[in-house]
Amino acid sequence: MTDTTATAAPFQLYEDHGHGHHAEHLPGFFQRWFMSTNHKDIGILYLIFAIFAGIVGGAISGLMRLELAAPGIQYLPLWAGTDNFDTALHLWNVLITAHGLIMVFFMVMPAMVGGFGNYFVPIMIGAPDMAFPRMNNISFWLLVPAFILLLSSTFVSGGTGPGAGTGWTVYAPLSTSGSAGPAVDLGILALHIAGASSILGAINFITTILNMRAPGMTLHKMPLFAWSMLVTSFLLLLALPVLAAAITMLLTDRNFGTTFFDASGGGDPILYQHLFWFFGHPEVYIMILPGFGMISHIIATFSRKPVFGYLGMAYAMVAIGVVGFIVWAHHMFTTGLSVNTKMYFTAATMVIAVPTGIKIFSWIATMWGGSLSFRTPMVWALGFVFMFTVGGVTGVVLANGGIDNYVHDTYYVIAHFHYVLSLGAVFALFAGFYYWFPKMSGKNYSELLGQLHFWLFFAGVNMLFFPMHFLGLQGMPRRYPDYPDAYSYWNHFASIGYGVMLLGMLVFFVNVIVSLVAGRKAAANPWGEGATTLEWTLPSPPPFHQFEQLPRID
Amino acid sequence: MTAAAALARKNRRIGLAALLIALAMLGLGYASVPLYRLFCQVTGLNGTTQKAIGAEAPGAVVGKMLDVRFDANVAPALAWRFQPEKHVDRVAVGAREMAFFTATNLSDKPITGTASFNVTPDQAGQYFTKIQCFCFTEQTLRPGETVRMPVIYYVDPRLLDDPDAKGISEITLSYTFFPVDSGKGKD
Repeated sequence: MTDTTATAAPFQLYEDHGHGHHAEHLPGFFQRWFMSTNHKDIGILYLIFAIFAGIVGGAISGLMRLELAAPGIQYLPLWAGTDNFDTALHLWNVLITAHGLIMVFFMVMPAMVGGFGNYFVPIMIGAPDMAFPRMNNISFWLLVPAFILLLSSTFVSGGTGPGAGTGWTVYAPLSTSGSAGPAVDLGILALHIAGASSILGAINFITTILNMRAPGMTLHKMPLFAWSMLVTSFLLLLALPVLAAAITMLLTDRNFGTTFFDASGGGDPILYQHLFWFFGHPEVYIMILPGFGMISHIIATFSRKPVFGYLGMAYAMVAIGVVGFIVWAHHMFTTGLSVNTKMYFTAATMVIAVPTGIKIFSWIATMWGGSLSFRTPMVWALGFVFMFTVGGVTGVVLANGGIDNYVHDTYYVIAHFHYVLSLGAVFALFAGFYYWFPKMSGKNYSELLGQLHFWLFFAGVNMLFFPMHFLGLQGMPRRYPDYPDAYSYWNHFASIGYGVMLLGMLVFFVNVIVSLVAGRKAAANPWGEGATTLEWTLPSPPPFHQFEQLPRID
Repeated sequence: MTAAAALARKNRRIGLAALLIALAMLGLGYASVPLYRLFCQVTGLNGTTQKAIGAEAPGAVVGKMLDVRFDANVAPALAWRFQPEKHVDRVAVGAREMAFFTATNLSDKPITGTASFNVTPDQAGQYFTKIQCFCFTEQTLRPGETVRMPVIYYVDPRLLDDPDAKGISEITLSYTFFPVDSGKGKD
């Protein structure tokens, strides 16, 4: 990885000089935050947006765990405000749909790509800003109306009751002939706009990273987080337009009489699944690859060693991105694929374990013999490595077409993808948040509250999601608000786990507020000699405009 | 500031190239519709049967028999009764076979329907060849009319050479009739 300590001093002096001046050039509040073209301010806006969406999506999962805490239907008719049982059950479908869509498109992606990506990619590659600052502004402000559209869909009819109850996959024919009313249309439009926002963002990142690296920063010297964002941007660019095509076909099937996915007119609903998962599988790597980049920096920083096998780490991400496009049908093992097709998709899926294994072992090798300090970002990173490995192992199990026949659409799948996303991606987000919080805010967070947050959250999510492996192997299907009594013990246990996780989140918000209000001023580099990327050579927070004189990398 | 202008031009070029990639993928998404249909027809994916209008059957392979079951469905929106005359037929692989279905229009209006079809198991699709079928065209039935509709087919003997398909002892041929353009049926 790039070692910039040798060149830090000269432009540190320059930045100290600039620091005294930049305050008077700051635009006013409205212009700064609503018309922002500054990558750092837009990054902050993305993070605030993601935290807000995360609260909404997390509250929805709380409602679901409350209903699932005991067998029988307890709360749904009350929440739906109706005696009509079908409408109450429809509310359940709306909840699972909203939770999935919000967490994927409005929490993880904005935080990873829009938030940390915007804030740190230009700094890490030594660029003054993104390539297209005004397009960056458009990317963010497209996301807000998309979120409003999605939330407003819950107030209009989705067929059996208000809201879109299609699942986040929006499979036809449930989403076409199965969901009358405008709710699904609003949801589809929300995805269109969020997708357009992400495509514009991806174009911006690709251009920035390819064109605006500081003199001397070759691709092979570029920090791994920038590498991860480059790969993620290409995945976004190649995958999201396919989703846009698929949901546009849904929209015309619903409203204009086309029959892309309707057998009565010669269409095929399975085609929708192929299109969706051609997008959907790269999408899961879009959500985790930036996390891989962050974790590499954090583990290297707190081991006081450069990351082990830098080039291998970079190209492992490229390999994951490439192979991620040719494994999509492992989500469709039960749709009647031929044995040969299943064999191919099983084998291809398992191949992904190789570059992923390279990353896991390189992180461990980075720590090996290092001078470890278990500060808050580091414990989150270790939690990430542990739980992403658990989710990866269940992923290898699920990759088998034969085994998938038995656990398809059970809680085993729920456990698997929450271990890689809710515990993998989210732990990476928290690791990155604590790692860069002093840099972004200029204030130190409370180490005690950070550690407390970690341990409560770690215990909570494991109590919440680990029992789902047992439930799934016992055959409990996903997407139902009720279950037989036999499943009640672990469901109750999981709901208690949600409560523990919620306590951890309260600690997080207390920590953020206390640190912002009363935190001690953060040094330019609070982490010491292990933190070698360019952002640590700037003051905390960085000046409004950085690198007016480009840094030179040897 | 020629350096800045040069950078802006370079940025625009890369940005446009990336945009073109995105648009190409959007086009590919739509192109997947005909490509997928073609792929199904060529490979028999999803039990898509083969079509050989007017072709000669290759002739029976001695001693190789299997059962062909017939399944008939009607979409809820279509007021027809539709059923096979025989539910199962024992046929020789390679021989030219014929099966009949009957359809009755239960309504007091003429209705046009069209049938979608496939076979299970899926891997039999590429060997199940239709020479003539009522499903190749739309069928119009007058009010109360009953018609007998033939399908002429053979099971390609190459099935016996396919390690994934040679164990098949029973093939189910399934049809579902859908109304053709319900707007036209109303007037």
